Amino acid sequence: MTTSLDYVNPRVRAIRVSTQSFLQNLAHQITQNMTQGGQKPLKGVIDLSSGDPHRAGMKPVSFVRQVLAVCLYPHLLQDKIFSLDVKLRAQRLLQICEGQSLGSYTASSGLHHIRQTIADFITKRDAGISANPRNVFISSGAQRALMVVVKLLSSGEGQTQTGILTPQPCPYTLPPLLDEAGVLAVPYRLMEERGWALDLNQLRQALDSARGGCNPRAIYISNPGNPTGHVQDRNSIQEVIQLATAEKLLLLVDEVYQDSVYGQNTEFLSYKKVLFEMGQEFSETVELVSFHSLSCASVAECGLRAGYMEAVNIDPDVMKVFDTMLCTDISAPTTGQLALDLMLNPPGPGDPSYDTHAQELLLTRTVLTRNAQRALEVLNDLPGFSCQPAMGGIYLYPSVKLPAGIREQAEMLELGADVFYCQKLLEEERLLLGAGQDSGEAGSHHFRLCVLVPTYVLEDALHRLSAFHLHLMGHHTVAGRNVKGKAGCSSQSGLTCVQPTTV
Amino acid sequence: MSVLQEISSNVKNMKTLEYSLLARWTKQIKEDLRQGVKKPFREVIDVSWGDPHRGGVKPLTFVRQVLAACLYPQLMNGEKLPVDVRQRAQKLLDGCAGWSRLVFSKCSFSLGSYSATGGLPEIVQRVSEFISRRDGGVPSNPENIFLCCGSQWALTRILNVLVNAEAPFPTGVLTPAPCYSTTPLSIEGLGGVVIPYYLSEERGWELQVEELHRALESCKGACHPIALYVINPGNPAGQVQSRKSMQEVIRFASEKRLFLLADEVYQGCVYGETEFVSYKRVLSEMGPPLSDTVELASFHSASKGFMGECGLRGGYVELVNLDPAVKKYIYTLFCADSSPPVLGQIALDLMTNPPQPGDPSYLLYYQETQHIRSTVVKNVKKACEVINSLQGFSCQAVEGGAFAFPRIHLPAKAIQKAKEAGMQPDTFYCLRLLEEAGVLASPGSDYGQEEGTFHIRFCILLPHDVLGELLQRLSDFHTQFMKDFS
Repeated sequence: MTTSLDYVNPRVRAIRVSTQSFLQNLAHQITQNMTQGGQKPLKGVIDLSSGDPHRAGMKPVSFVRQVLAVCLYPHLLQDKIFSLDVKLRAQRLLQICEGQSLGSYTASSGLHHIRQTIADFITKRDAGISANPRNVFISSGAQRALMVVVKLLSSGEGQTQTGILTPQPCPYTLPPLLDEAGVLAVPYRLMEERGWALDLNQLRQALDSARGGCNPRAIYISNPGNPTGHVQDRNSIQEVIQLATAEKLLLLVDEVYQDSVYGQNTEFLSYKKVLFEMGQEFSETVELVSFHSLSCASVAECGLRAGYMEAVNIDPDVMKVFDTMLCTDISAPTTGQLALDLMLNPPGPGDPSYDTHAQELLLTRTVLTRNAQRALEVLNDLPGFSCQPAMGGIYLYPSVKLPAGIREQAEMLELGADVFYCQKLLEEERLLLGAGQDSGEAGSHHFRLCVLVPTYVLEDALHRLSAFHLHLMGHHTVAGRNVKGKAGCSSQSGLTCVQPTTV
Repeated sequence: MSVLQEISSNVKNMKTLEYSLLARWTKQIKEDLRQGVKKPFREVIDVSWGDPHRGGVKPLTFVRQVLAACLYPQLMNGEKLPVDVRQRAQKLLDGCAGWSRLVFSKCSFSLGSYSATGGLPEIVQRVSEFISRRDGGVPSNPENIFLCCGSQWALTRILNVLVNAEAPFPTGVLTPAPCYSTTPLSIEGLGGVVIPYYLSEERGWELQVEELHRALESCKGACHPIALYVINPGNPAGQVQSRKSMQEVIRFASEKRLFLLADEVYQGCVYGETEFVSYKRVLSEMGPPLSDTVELASFHSASKGFMGECGLRGGYVELVNLDPAVKKYIYTLFCADSSPPVLGQIALDLMTNPPQPGDPSYLLYYQETQHIRSTVVKNVKKACEVINSLQGFSCQAVEGGAFAFPRIHLPAKAIQKAKEAGMQPDTFYCLRLLEEAGVLASPGSDYGQEEGTFHIRFCILLPHDVLGELLQRLSDFHTQFMKDFS
């Protein structure tokens, strides 16, 4: 073969393979085996490891789907089932597409009208601090936009290799992205004891230890935190901005879960807003790029693939390069771009679709809040588990003390203990959680579970997790109730899943 | 001082296209027209993209009905959509739900989910069956097929595996001249080097293997050539390769140990006498050892052909004879970007499995595709006739693809004027064409051409009357231009 392993780009070879894909493949195999077995299986796989609410059964937002359906098949403009505001919006959106079809390419940074919608949304969100559509770039998902900026930063090797400060834990997609771009991750610890807060000293320490080994050029922040659920307050954000200014670091802020803050007395503050409220010396100089996408909590249209970044105080010549790089994708999916418009410019009071839309969003928020609370309680009741309350986002990130036996078994198989646990949980209970190791912490025993799922799914998952964990730990209580007989019998008796109630 | 001042050198190397200048002018002109400024034309005809819907070609009804039903399943209630549309949508949605479908029978299936990274397994399976049918039974393994966010996306990922920016010698990729501009941009962005091989214009843009040899010789000692990129049917030159030519290319790739990248996205657009045959089929028919050893990646997409769904971003790559360890890395890269857009994947499914005779939607589907096909055939004929009848303009036969790529024999005065204005002569021509006739075509300089020759590219996948208008404006402009600069 010409292209043997020797020829594979060394940078590609160096990309860390996340255990997420290993576990997902395993889950897929299990499902295949179940369907091929011929018998009706007793329970299917529940996947709480990916932030993919629709897959778990959350319903899409009607307004989004209706408008997109009409845009796809404009014949539906004559159909009575769609309300007037749906039709008007579809017509308006079709007009901005070339050839009035969403089958057309768009400019590589996105349709201008949508960039304007995004700018208007940002301005409104930040109480009047204006946003310019020229600084907004639409891409096939926020990760793609992040890659564009990271690739621009990437240069040097050895001592001059670009480094980016990354939170520990971080989103599981981040380490492979940095590897692919040839950038070094410089981790700064988040403080678990304080609800995963950012700590300035940790940031400083990370920075100091990095210098000499690489060239740190940016700080990556996830707020609300993925996977931790921490939401930064104004003070915390200001500290980060001050540090970035003093150390001349670019701020890369992932704010995808900005629409799902539910903690008491907590509100989401965008980095841009805080920046501008710090006065001119900061607002005119600090370089910041923030990211958002359809894969957020309220709309959760992960499969449509669209996101954007807003560039603040970035040199216009550099922004031209953003555009050139996005050219290699030609353009982001047009349906995704239109969905951004629907997400950020929803029906207003008085519009026919308003009530249903508001109810749907309220329901999602209620489910999220309730699930987070319930999961927190159940987890904290399990021996060895300890979970910080989340204030936003769609995950919980509990820590677990695993018995020596488990850790030894994992070591023998050369797997992280948390990965091994997840594998066994998957095999025995068909429940897939994310392993903390992927979030950049080797040896960490944490799990990631998405709680934005229908409540009955969560109940089933918690039931399975409890059964598995208790069996593992050899205890006999489940969330306050005593289970008679051998631990783990509830999972072996082939109980069907909890009956779906209204979500 | 900006943190981003030191931009990665690879990125700096990415050329800015001449087209961007024209795009800026177009924006200005469109704005002027909106403001009521008087111009010699009422609207700009934009034929700079290979984007049929942009030009006015209508989407296929069956495709859009299925997509709408998948997005909003309530549309399947009642009889308003044909039964085969409803069946197909239901089948696709059943495939989308993923692993939770076994338990939650009341689960709402949704396109909003991430899919398995190679693509939804049911769709990948059907794509592989399509490939096999197309190639007269040559087997196709779903494990070697990856669905992606447009074929260019897949191409860039494969290039990323092959191009080593840190090696002592830069990695080289043999690319045709002329070549569709996005690919060279991707190669440069990754730190690779483009090694152009010139297609022979006088022989209908034929790929000659002697030229491949010459190109390879020319870069000896300067770079490490690793791959050979071919576009068939061609873009922008609309040639369709003969079997014989493809066999020569395969032998060349084998002899020189090059990875063959076959961009076949226009396989659905063939109008001349030469039939399209895939590189995979030709390779397979050449038998061992070639059929077992030549490494090949072939690309296809839902953006081209008569479906023309560019905006949905659905493409795929099929890998042949790859070392399994290498394939693993390709998979890693594909994984890094979650998943291809689900609507794009569905579009691929519909492209590879259209309605069949007997299906309720078949008649309309057949009528619509036939209409587009016959329009394009007429367009190609007319475009070539008109252009070849003009002085200083000549066009090779367009056998396939979506474009005409005629040559302009620019007078010395025009070339001089262009130099003074600081632009390429064909860009100058295109700019004048835009300003005076309201036609946006792209200059040959963006695609690579023999030194001293000039071309323009324009899309011919348009409604016939729009093409008529385009050709009228182009002829009038060209005649005047040649007069002005004689």
